[in-house]
Formats: sequence, structure tokens, C-alpha cells
Amino acid sequence: MYKLLLCLRYLRTRYIALASIISVTLGVATMIVVNSVMAGFGDEMRQKIHGLLADVVIETRTLDGVPDVDRLYEVARGVAGDDIAAITATVELPALISFKYAGEYVTSPVKLIGIDPAEKADVSPLVEHLESFGPTDGPTGDTVPAERVAGQPPSWQLTDSALKRRRDRYARQALMAARTRSHVAADTAPAEISAPNWGTADDTTESVRTDSVQTADIADPFAAEAVTDPFPTGEPVTPVDPAAPLDARVFVGAGLISFPYPDPETGETRTHWYKRPGDDIKLSTVTSGRPPETCHLNATIVDVFESGMSEYDSMLVYCNIEELQRVRHMFDDATGEATVTALQLRLKDYDRSDEVVARLRAAFPPGQYDVRTWEQKQGPLLAAVEVESTILNVLLFLIIAVAGFGILAIFFMIVVEKTRDIGILKALGAGSRGVMSIFLLYGLGLGLVGAGVGSALGLTFVAYINEISDFITLVTGRDVFPETIYYFPEIPTHVHPAMVVWVSLGAIGIAVLASVLPARRAAALRPVEALRYE
Amino acid sequence: MPATLAPPTTAIARPLPTAEPTRPAHVAVRALAKSYRTGSDPVPVLRGVDFAVAPGEMVSIVGQSGSGKSTLLHLMGLLDSPDIGEVTLRGERIDDLPERARDRLRNHVFGYVFQFYHLLPELDVLENVLAPLMIRDGFFAYLRNRKAYREQAEAIVARVGLSHRVRHKPKQLSGGEMQRTAIARALVTKPEVLLADEPTGNLDANTGAGILELLSELNRDDGLSIVFVTHDASLAARGHRTVKLVDGRVEEAD
Repeated sequence: MYKLLLCLRYLRTRYIALASIISVTLGVATMIVVNSVMAGFGDEMRQKIHGLLADVVIETRTLDGVPDVDRLYEVARGVAGDDIAAITATVELPALISFKYAGEYVTSPVKLIGIDPAEKADVSPLVEHLESFGPTDGPTGDTVPAERVAGQPPSWQLTDSALKRRRDRYARQALMAARTRSHVAADTAPAEISAPNWGTADDTTESVRTDSVQTADIADPFAAEAVTDPFPTGEPVTPVDPAAPLDARVFVGAGLISFPYPDPETGETRTHWYKRPGDDIKLSTVTSGRPPETCHLNATIVDVFESGMSEYDSMLVYCNIEELQRVRHMFDDATGEATVTALQLRLKDYDRSDEVVARLRAAFPPGQYDVRTWEQKQGPLLAAVEVESTILNVLLFLIIAVAGFGILAIFFMIVVEKTRDIGILKALGAGSRGVMSIFLLYGLGLGLVGAGVGSALGLTFVAYINEISDFITLVTGRDVFPETIYYFPEIPTHVHPAMVVWVSLGAIGIAVLASVLPARRAAALRPVEALRYE
Repeated sequence: MPATLAPPTTAIARPLPTAEPTRPAHVAVRALAKSYRTGSDPVPVLRGVDFAVAPGEMVSIVGQSGSGKSTLLHLMGLLDSPDIGEVTLRGERIDDLPERARDRLRNHVFGYVFQFYHLLPELDVLENVLAPLMIRDGFFAYLRNRKAYREQAEAIVARVGLSHRVRHKPKQLSGGEMQRTAIARALVTKPEVLLADEPTGNLDANTGAGILELLSELNRDDGLSIVFVTHDASLAARGHRTVKLVDGRVEEAD
């Protein structure tokens, strides 16, 4: 009882000791704030990294692929059917995307993935990232409502605005072609063909330049009408709609066909698009033959996706799988069945992924297949986030450890100051253990107060972190959390209660540990020594 | 000093080491030696002291500074352990008991009063008086007995005449009041032996006399055995018997 009473009195009257735990308090508060923000960032990051990836991916080790999708499904469901929520077969391979912009060819390496959009949307979030499913900013700054209904599965159908863009462009091209022909007819001098017309409007010029590259044959249907077919097949010639989209359709990552630029007048960062849905691009990849040969396909952009993860947005192109298989000759020699290179799986419970992967690895021979979770595919990136967080925690905990030494020093001082009191207590019959526990309790009390106040401070800071950042921005005139750098509109935080508990326990533990040595010293004092001097 | 001032109870057995005491000694020390180490040389303080206190006896110890009075008192009260010799309580040796048993004896059997009062500055008068009882009981036992203890403490505080000061901190008290508080603290455990180390050393003559009056009263009314150290010959005479220490040895002076 006297232990508790005395240690409470010491807590209330020794302000120097309270000063020593301010460092503990600040350490705890800092750790909570940093951990919460790191956890918030980490969670957002994971979400973004996971983004378009399926939970588990089974990939073949060759680009030729394997036939008989149904059998693969059966094998996968056979070993892990209870855990698989959705499954889809894809073709994944490296490719080049190229298109002409302002007279120049823009080419980027991409990962081309042949998908069935409805199935893919079931395996990983796709719909929410597609532009046409959400409202967009119109050219004049107003918000254009979503063109597709949210519940609708994604498909390769062009939206009305994309079709209109396409028709308008062909109409302009047709007009240009007609004008050019009339000019040629009127004056055979080639120098005059282009000059007066191509300079009329920039927009038109650009379109003609861009599109004439890939669609030279289609762009001239009006000429074809006039010329009789030199190789008649006897079949009736069906009129071709020049504005009809191509057979190959793609979803393109926003980073591949746009770039941000700061408006010199307003200073705002705006996105400039090379290409929009309805335009055509060219894809170059390899066939599945042996040896592989290059092959090309022209494709119409159906939609643009933006996952927020720049690696995906500037790397991925989704294509309709049937067309990709056809162009790459991905057919089994014996049966003529189309082949695929990957199976993407969504699990019912991702926590069981380790077991599912183990079973799938057993079922799909490792020489031919590679089974990995999205985390394993993005291992280094996730590990980097993890390592960063761990190192930061170690460093911050060192702060609290330093605070512990402060407590140690101040406690020694208090023991020296309280030598007489210790002697009195011992003279009154208090044991060494009793005296020791006074100071251990004192350390515990200081730790509790420090950790408690620190937690409260830290949690309050986390709760109002965006207001605080706004305030600092207001005061310093400098945006402390620019959205353009971090991609988050506000600072993401995530408070794990377990983290708060652990940090507090750690701080309390350090305070108690720091009081052990002084407490032992106090306990070892003989009463007469403590009382002898005045 | 005039011998007439000595109390009439001179029949009490002399502490002769060889003689069979007529009454068993309450607390006795035998062949007690103690030296302190200052630097590398041991400085002897007590060089073989034989001394006994009969139950209900009030003994004063006098001697020059450094003659070992306080050390003798500390050794008797188990605040320190002797190098040679033994301390007995009712004939049983107590100085070699395990630490916890000695802690218990300090709490239950002995009461201490010091020259510099030695009150706990963070606690008020009542809490200081209650401190030995808090030490005696565990947390829950104390909570159970709290009320009885409180009444006990208040009664004793009233007896030493400090009822009006119960909620004051030691800092707010005068020297005499602090010493009264210390006496109340020593008495609250109902000790058998009260050891007072120059209880009047820091007080003016009047206050000192008052304190000693209180001790005599306790000895007379409660039968408390009291050993007190003093410099003042007139105060020493208030004891039944005076023991004079010279150079760490007893030089009986009655």
C-alpha cells in the first residue's frame, strides 16, 4: 500500500521525472503517427499494386501456350475448387505499341494481355478503372457523366462518343481525299497538291497524317468504288463501312497514350492525350510458331484504364483474346484448339493463398508452369515498402530507447535524493523488495503516463493530420502534401490498434527497464547508511 | 547531576554480563563490536558492549560524540548488523535472522525516533503515522483494516497533541511538532521497545523537555521499554538508569 501511495506522491511532486518522460511521450506519439501514415500508404500501395493483378496467376513458361482451356480449368478446380471464386484464361506476352502523333511515331514496350473482358472483370477489379464507367472531365472543365452503366460487364463495344469520333474522322478524311482528287484532276502539278488544303486546319491535318499510316487501304474506299476489281471472285462485293472499328480491340493504359503537362498560363497540370477511344493503334509482337516471327495487328482503342499504379498504366494493354490467338496462330497443331499462356484466379479467401499455391504447384508441373500470387509477382516492390517501414520503426524505437536512458539518469538522481526516505522506510520495516517495487512502480507509472499521453497525442495528430497539413500549407505557403507527387488527394492513414498497443507496451517496458537499476540500488541501501548523513 | 532526580526504581537489575538477571532482559546486547570503514582503515566504533534493557525500563545513553551511542542504538534496533557479538530479544538472538524476519521485527517490535525526525516529506502527518501500518500489511489487507488503522492513528496523533495538524505536511510543522509526529509514528505499531536517537537534539530546551515528558509518560502508562540517547545530562537523568559510553565501551554511570 505504501508503495502505491509513495509512488503516486512521487509522480505528483517530482516534475523533473515528468520532464524525463516527455521524450517517451514524443517518441510514442511519433511512432504512432509514422506507423499510421506508413500503414495508410502501405495499404493504398498494396491496393494499387494488387489493382489489376489477379490473386493467383498460373503462367506457362513459353509463349506458345497450352491448349485445352477446359481441361486446365478442371485441373485447377480439382485441386483448389473450394477456394477459387473466379478463373479466366489469358494470353500474356511482350509487345510494342506504336502510333503516329504529330508526324512522329511514338513507340513503347508493353505487356499485351489477351482477355475475355467479362471474365477478367470477375477475376480482378477492372470496371472501376475503365474510363467509360466513370464520369470524366469534359474539354471545357465540366463533368461528363459515365457513358456506361456500372453494373454492365465490360465489353469490346465502342461507346457512342468513340464511334462518333471515329465517324467524324473518316468523314473528314473522305472529304480530304475527295478534295485532293479534285485538285489532282484540275492541276497535275504535284507541288500544289498539299499546300493549300493541308494548311487549313491543324486538327484535320493531324488526323489525316495519323490515320493515313495504318489505314491507307481503308481510307481509300471511294477510289475502290470507281475501280473494277481486277480479280473478281464472283461473290458480291459488300460495301465496307470505313468507320467500323477494327477486329482487334484494346483497353490501353492511360500512361501509354497520354502525358501530363503543366499549363503555362494557369500552372495547373493537365493531361494531354495522344489517342482517345475510337482511334487506332498498332501492336507488334511475335507469333507462337517455331521459330517465333514478328507479327503486327492494328487495333481500335475501346477504352482507357487508369489504376493509379503507373507501372500498370504505362505497361499494360488488354486485347480481345480471340483476335490475339488468331493473329499469333495460337492453335494446337493436332486439335486446332486455341492455346492460352496463363490462368488468372481470384480466391474466395486470400489468406489461404499459400495453401492454394502449394496445391496448384503440385498439380501444374513446375517445369511447364509457374504459379505465383500477386504478392510474389510484385515481391521486390512490396518488400521495399516493408523494409522501409521496419527500418523506420527500428529508428523510432531507438528514440524511445534513448528516452529510457534519460529516465535511468533521472531515476538515479531521484534515488540519491530519496536516500533518507529509503532509510526511513527500511527502519519502519519495509523490505528491500518493497523499496525496489516503489521505484519499479514509479517507472511503470511514468511509462504509463508517457505512453498514455503519447498515444493520445499521436492518435489526435493522426485524426487531424489533413487539417494539420492544410494549416502548415497555409502558414508556410508550401504544399506539404502535393497530390501530383503522392497520387493521393489526402494523406492516407490507417491506425492498427495492435500497433498502438505494442508501441505503448514497448515504451512502458523501456521505462520499467530503465528504473530497474536505480531500484536495485535503492533496495540495496542499508537503512543505517541511508540515515546516517544529514 | 543530583542523584535525587533519579526515579525510585533503582532496584532494577544492573546489566552485569555474568550475573544472572533477576528479571529477564527485554533487549540485550552482548560483546557487541562494530567498526566502520573509512577509506582503507577500519575505524572501531563499538569495542565490546554488554548492555541490557529490562521490560518497562527507561534507559538513557550518554557519551561524547563518536563514542558509539547512535551505533549501539542502530544495532539494537536491527538497523545495522554487528561485526561481533549478538543482539537478543527476550533471550533469543535476533541479529542473525534472515532479512525478512528482521524487517518484520523492525516493524512490529521496535519504534524509532530520530534526531532529525525523518518524516516522509510527501506525506502529511496522518499518512506519516500510518506508514508503518501500510508497510506491515499487504495492499488488500491494508484496505480491509483501513478504518481501524485510521482510528488508531488518529488516537495516537491526538495523544501527542497534534489533532489540529493531521493534514499538514512536515514542511509546515515546527520542530517539536515534527518530533511528536515521529513519536506518534513510532507508537502506532504498538511497539515493545522505543529507541530514540537524540530525540531532543534539534529542539530548544522547553520543547525538548516536553518531548521527554511525553516519553516518560509512555513508559509509565504503557510500560514501554525506552532507550534514548542524549547529550543533555539533565534529560538523561529522566531515565531510570544512565549508561555512559566512552570510546565504544560501557562506563556505567548512575
